[in-house]
Amino acid sequence: MPFTRFVEIGRVAMVSYGPEHGKLVVISDVVDQNRAVIDRPDEIRRVMPFKRLILTDFKCEMTRLAKKKELSAALEESGAFEKFAKSAWGQKLAKRKAKANLSDFERYQAMKKKQTRSKEISKVAESMQ
Amino acid sequence: MARAVARLRRACRSKTYHRRGLWAIKKKNGGKFPQHEKKAKNEPAVQKPPKFYPADDTPHPKTRRKVVAAAKLRASITPGTILIILAGRFKGKRVVFLRQLPSGLLLVTGPFAVNGVPLRRVNQAYVIATSTKTDISKVDASKFDDAYFVPAEKKRQKKKGEEEFFEGDKEKKSLPSEYIENQKTVDSALTAGLSEDLKGYLSTRFSLKSNDRPHLLKF
Repeated sequence: MPFTRFVEIGRVAMVSYGPEHGKLVVISDVVDQNRAVIDRPDEIRRVMPFKRLILTDFKCEMTRLAKKKELSAALEESGAFEKFAKSAWGQKLAKRKAKANLSDFERYQAMKKKQTRSKEISKVAESMQ
Repeated sequence: MARAVARLRRACRSKTYHRRGLWAIKKKNGGKFPQHEKKAKNEPAVQKPPKFYPADDTPHPKTRRKVVAAAKLRASITPGTILIILAGRFKGKRVVFLRQLPSGLLLVTGPFAVNGVPLRRVNQAYVIATSTKTDISKVDASKFDDAYFVPAEKKRQKKKGEEEFFEGDKEKKSLPSEYIENQKTVDSALTAGLSEDLKGYLSTRFSLKSNDRPHLLKF
């Protein structure tokens, strides 16, 4: 199986460590073997080591060290952030976040739903035996 | 640096005197600063020395300056909020908050018909406020105050003396019917507005499960 996710200008990556972990960024330039310049439309462009980045499947077409305007335009055209949110990985993250934000009452409702579902399943399983 | 020096120069005593116009005030007052009349000091009343000094120093309690006011209600607790009681007989129970009493304690009720918690006072510190709110506009909670609960709570606290111990358990004094009636009124007003889900929620006790991290739970 060949590699499919490459470090390249415009590659969308997720920050996996540090205060901004969980955020999607775009690789704007490569400094050396270990570091890249990453950028986001709403944040300052800065250097980050590759060890803190996880590459995604998505990229956008942009030039090296593009200005914010060009970056935003490129991201919109490629729809990279939206595509990521729709991907299996993105959906998993969204589910986890939703679960963490459940209120006490919502947790109770989820528990009840799970119980009724399990009951139905076990009923069917019983009838099949 | 130069600005600081200039500022200091301007603030010196003589410059300030001139800027504030103190020279003009003096001039108006005939060369002196105006002074108000000194208040005549009252001669302190002559205290006769006491005829008797006690042999030992009597202990005097220190003056108390602490003012005990009703605790400030947390912003997350509003009338109709569902609270989780954390301590006491009803720990884990989810109850409806009605109002804060003048003493600072919270007036809550199960409702009794749903989970067995009667109209009761609870300290804010032993309560988690959830984000779930119910409608309590139909409930008249203003008629319940701290004095309403004192006889019920006093009955619990009374410790048995020796005589009473040998007499054996007296007949259980049932609550005056007034309490039961009040409970029923409040219950019916409350449960009308509760969905089946909410009723089930209120009748279930809260507990921590293996995967729960309390500091990450959102209530």
